[in-house]
Formats: sequence, C-alpha cells, structure tokens
Amino acid sequence: MRIVDVKLIEEAIYEMFLTCCVHPDRALSGRIQDALAVEKSPIAQSILKQIQKNIEIADQNNVPLCQDTGMAVVFIDIGQEVSLKGEYINDAINNAVRRAYQDGYFRKSVLSPITRINTEDNTPAVIHTRIIKGDKIIIRVAPKGFGSENMSRIKMITPAQGIEGIYEFVLETVKNAGGNPCPPITLGIGIGGTFELCALNAKRALLRSLGESSEDEDIAVIEKKLLNDINKLGIGPMGMGGSTTALAVHIISAPTHLAGLPCAINVQCHSVRHESRTI
Amino acid sequence: MKHLTVPVKDTDLQPLKIGEEILLSGTIYTARDAAHKKLVELINKGKKLPFDIDGAAIYYSGPCPAPPNFPIGPCGPTTSYRMDSYTPQLLDLGLKIMIGKGKRNDNVVESMKKNGALYLAATGGAAALLMDCVKSSTVICFPELGAEAIRKLEVKNFPVIVATKANGETVYR
Ligand code: SF4
Repeated sequence: MRIVDVKLIEEAIYEMFLTCCVHPDRALSGRIQDALAVEKSPIAQSILKQIQKNIEIADQNNVPLCQDTGMAVVFIDIGQEVSLKGEYINDAINNAVRRAYQDGYFRKSVLSPITRINTEDNTPAVIHTRIIKGDKIIIRVAPKGFGSENMSRIKMITPAQGIEGIYEFVLETVKNAGGNPCPPITLGIGIGGTFELCALNAKRALLRSLGESSEDEDIAVIEKKLLNDINKLGIGPMGMGGSTTALAVHIISAPTHLAGLPCAINVQCHSVRHESRTI
Repeated sequence: MKHLTVPVKDTDLQPLKIGEEILLSGTIYTARDAAHKKLVELINKGKKLPFDIDGAAIYYSGPCPAPPNFPIGPCGPTTSYRMDSYTPQLLDLGLKIMIGKGKRNDNVVESMKKNGALYLAATGGAAALLMDCVKSSTVICFPELGAEAIRKLEVKNFPVIVATKANGETVYR
C-alpha cells in the first residue's frame, strides 16, 4: 500500500490550474503558425495573428489567455494500491480550485442553474474519479469555457446510419456552431458506449495533447477524414471564412449495444487548456 | 488601419466595409446575459436606464478580476446570440454599436436596419490582448452581478472587425 497525503493532490491541482489558465497546450502556437502559412484570407490571417499575440501577452503579463476561465473539470485516476490520507479528496480538489481562481485573478463563472446565484469561488469542480491499476495517481485538469461547451451535442445515431451518420452529425454540428465557439476549434468525440459514457469520452478525448491522433488506426483514419472535411466547410477563424476551422479531431471509442451508435461531440475553442501530472 | 471614435456619428458608419479591421477608441459599456435581462426588465417597467443608451456602444464581455496594477482583467468578447432576444428593445432606444462574437439572428439584423446600428466582432479568446487596450474601467451598475456588472470602459485602439452593417451585409458564413 502506498500512502499519499491528500494535501499533495490539492497542491498539484492548485498549481495546474494556475498554469493552464495562462499557458495553453504547448502545441497550440505551432498549430496556429502552420495555419498562418496556409490561410489565404486576410481576415483569417489577422485573427490568427491576434490569437498568436494573445498567447504571448498572457505569458508576459501572467494573466489568463481568455476571460472565460471556465468550469474546473478534474479527472483523477487513483491506483488501487494507493491509500489516501487526510481530508476527503473532493473537498481537497475544491479547495485547490477555490485558491487557484482567487490567487490567479480568474473569473468565477459557476452558479446555480435555477436561481443563477454565483457560488463566488468557481466551485464546485466537476470531478471524475476512476480506480486504475498500480500505485500512481494521474491527475488531469481542464478549465472549460462555455462559448464552445454550448455548441457541444450528443446524438443516438442508428446502426443503419452507421459511420456515415457520424460524419453527417459532426459536420452539421460544426456548421451550426459557426463562429460561436471561437474557431479554430478542436473536437473531442465519443463514439459508442452508453449515453453518459459517450459524453464522458468526448470530454476525455480533449485531454490528449493537441493533434495527437488515436492509437487505434481505424479511429485515426476517421479523425483525419473529419478534420479534412471540416476544414473544407470554409467557416474559418471566428467564423469569418477561411480554411482553418479546426486544428484537430480527437476521438475515443467504446463498445456499444447492438441497437445503438451514440456519438457525442465536445467542442473546444482555440484556448486549448489542460494539464496533467502523475503523483 | 482605420480608426473610429465612440460615440460615433452616423456619417462615420456609412463608409465602413464588411470585414474591414478598425481600431476603436473612446467609451464602451460592458453588458452580457444577466445585465441585458435587467436592462430589459427596467425598460418593460418604464424605468430609466442606468446609463444613456442613445448612441452608446455595448461590449458583450464579462472580464476577469483586475490583477494588481491593471485597470481590468482579461476581457474578450462573449458569444452574441445569447443577447439576441434582448437586443431589438435596446436598439429601439438608440443603441448604436454592439461588439461581440458570432452571428446575430434575423430579428436583430432587421432591427439594426430599422435603427441604423452596427455590429462589430472582437476576436474571441484574445482576452489578454484586448485587456491591453482598456485604459480604465468603472462598474456603473449592477455590482451584484460580479463579472456581469455593467462597466464603463475607456478603450484605445481596440481591434475589431466590421461584422454586420445596418444594410444587413454580414461577414459570417
Ligand atoms: S469559447 Fe473559448 S476562447 Fe472563446 S470566449 Fe469561451 S473560453 Fe474563451
């Protein structure tokens, strides 16, 4: 049994949020640079340059990239051989979020869905816990802005519609979203499983490093095709036209029921923010 | 690049071209979902609005708290369609310029035509860059709304793109 003090987890999550609200995915800048090299439209060029410049300014001033510092989503995988010591883990996670959003001067966006009264400290975090093999703890955090979250969708596609049904659903979702989710976007897509697993896999897919393709070759082919087709839609940066509508498509699939083919699309804006750490 | 000072004169707006980049300077007011709801409630009750909306520019933004030594925190635009159901009432009272991101619905565009208004787009997510263009920020009403309170901002060379004009032309696909 490995004993881990929950305080250690709290400190890690605190630091991870402070870092990732200011510094996006390490691959983002390079991807924007690549887009600048191929994009012909002058508006698209100018928007991509602003996005690039924004990354630099946020870094220099140590301020958030985007004012929507999101809801705090925390994925925590705990090794079966770990024994946690100290405070209740979810309380520790919420402490970390509360402290990071306070100390980082981040926006507090979390409120009651009914009364719309703000909790004032961006808690509660959305916490997904999983038991894994071994004695390690893997933490992944992702602040999620709602301009893009609002454009996310799920559909129970029929087996008869099959993979073509998925292509259609994804393209329709991106088209309807237009400039709203701050393109260039990244899509996290869940295919298969049940209703809720499919949605969770869509979110999990966004935790992968930007542009890292699936290890499953069949899935990687679908990712590539979708990315290609999306970028032919002409939506472009901020929906003002161009060939850079999406930077990447990340898919996670799971076995499903013989009667169904669930597909969930979690839309991520160009502020690709996530961090991971192993304890 | 063309400069525009707010409040604007109608003659400033006619020559603007769709997709044209302009640098905005002057006074703009932040208001997003919750503030719009409150403004429209005041209008429906026949009450006076907390600022002079005739000729004003509203920026759909809910900034981060201001870090020490900065007038405001990062302050990019939020998605405009969520304001669409409130907008025509404000346009009827003289609201001249809206700044946000993403397409507007047909009702808003019709009302823009009727009232001669302009819709500008700021780059979503470019919040640290836009923060640099804000010289001062004062909460003028609804402080209880926190990030959603109405703030009076003085901006200098704030980059925006002409997105939808009063003749209905738009940059969106
Ligand atoms: S969609 Fe993303 S980049 Fe756009 S405003 Fe929201 S968090 Fe920021």
